[in-house]
Amino acid sequence: MIATEELLWEQVRTRATPEQVSWLEDAVASVLGEPESIGPLFPAVGRRVGRAPLDPAADPADVHAWTVDDAGRTLLLLALGEDAPSELDALYRHGDTAERRGLLRALPFLPVGDTGIPLVEDAVRTNELSLIAAALGPYAFSRLGDDAVAQAVLKCVFVGIPLGGLEGLDGRVTPDVSRMLAAFVHERVAAGRTVPADVWPVIDRYPPEDELAEIAAELDHPVTERREAARAALALRDQQRST
Amino acid sequence: MRIFDPHVHMTSRTTDDYEAMAASGVKAIVEPAFWLGQPRTSVGSFVDYFSSLIGWERFRASQFGIRHHCTIGLNPKEANDLSVRDEVLAVMPRYLEKDGVVAVGEIGFDSMTAAEEEAFVDQLAIAREHELPVLVHTPHRDKEAGTRRTLELLEEADFPPGQAVVDHNNELTVGMVLESGCWAGFSIYPFTKMDEHRMVRILEERGLERMLVNSAADWGISDPLKVSKTVAAMQEAGFSDDDVDRLVWRNPVEFFGQSGRLELEEVEYDRAETFAGSSVLRGERVET
Repeated sequence: MIATEELLWEQVRTRATPEQVSWLEDAVASVLGEPESIGPLFPAVGRRVGRAPLDPAADPADVHAWTVDDAGRTLLLLALGEDAPSELDALYRHGDTAERRGLLRALPFLPVGDTGIPLVEDAVRTNELSLIAAALGPYAFSRLGDDAVAQAVLKCVFVGIPLGGLEGLDGRVTPDVSRMLAAFVHERVAAGRTVPADVWPVIDRYPPEDELAEIAAELDHPVTERREAARAALALRDQQRST
Repeated sequence: MRIFDPHVHMTSRTTDDYEAMAASGVKAIVEPAFWLGQPRTSVGSFVDYFSSLIGWERFRASQFGIRHHCTIGLNPKEANDLSVRDEVLAVMPRYLEKDGVVAVGEIGFDSMTAAEEEAFVDQLAIAREHELPVLVHTPHRDKEAGTRRTLELLEEADFPPGQAVVDHNNELTVGMVLESGCWAGFSIYPFTKMDEHRMVRILEERGLERMLVNSAADWGISDPLKVSKTVAAMQEAGFSDDDVDRLVWRNPVEFFGQSGRLELEEVEYDRAETFAGSSVLRGERVET
């Protein structure tokens, strides 16, 4: 916890102006003294501390990249200490997209037990890429059940969130997740559509024979689009294997 | 020509309106929080409305190249509903710190009740705490008395007059508002309140300083193009391009700029984008 806090401060200090840093220091002090004061401070973080990517080398379009305001909001939430569970729900409910994203990203560092799970579930129900990506981190993957994980991974594939950036997913891939993604590939191929390359490493964790055979059979399908889609999808699989 | 409509209730308007406004030169707007024509029965409806003003409506406007800002407040009509008033006032500070919130409003009088006065004074204090200007509604009935009482309360609260716009003025209220040091807003409506030709006469008599013109378009009979129609009437009456720019752009920028939160750069927009999974498009997006 202390390591997280120090690291975040260090990163914010390199990315924000002294004036912005001092606003954040005052805000953290205010929350340490009076936890409820976080209500109006939390939304102001983006304006007061900045919203650029926390890592200057990060691509601003990367849905997995932390921003300066994510770090600032995490520091405010850390200052809540044991009061975090009681403030969490209202902060999320009244939060705009950036506030919700910051809160979801902070979850693994907060002493909130399972109180954040309904918020994770809410975020995954939206179609906002940044919220879904922020919700699906180590906190969610250490708490969600297998079915919920499988559905969440599938949702990521549908909305276009790169699976490689989902921290903590690795230990949660089950044969069912592999099967569902293979079925997704088959469905796409049958529609003559493309698939993202990053489904293959997940499928190949527990290669589902039936679904893979069905995809292979599409290579000989009478409809040209299906044959071509199958070739393209399987070429991506070979590519992933060789890297 | 660039137009900033400083008071327009876009929640009630269609995408056709956004399109026509953009074509008429509108590049920025302020949407004040008000009542919805029908009373709300719980704080939850206010919260969803505020969220829509800071999120969805901003997104919708951006799809037409328009910068959307808003004000957050408990309106005078619903200030009389004691079952929701305190909860709304309690939740407001969270929303006043959101991006795009440029004032507290609409606050003020509707029926001149004690509850309205209390909510008004409370919200003046809240505005000071959040370093925001206020947008003050004046009543449709007994307007002169309501406006006078409004100005008295602003003075009693020691509220900086330059940070208050008193809205919906007419020939009989404009004098006292300008003398108080407050800004004077005018809602140009098809039939009521004020029309563009009367507005031009007022501008000829009073000048352009601390004057704001808006369409106030909402769910009633109203016209979101009234600011550009006022511009046409001004041009016909011989006002210069610089006068026009001052009234419909520089003045609102000066007033709401006091919040420090105006965003006036050109909007880069892509109508295929979504907000919270919703898009202003219908049907499937075109794959690129």
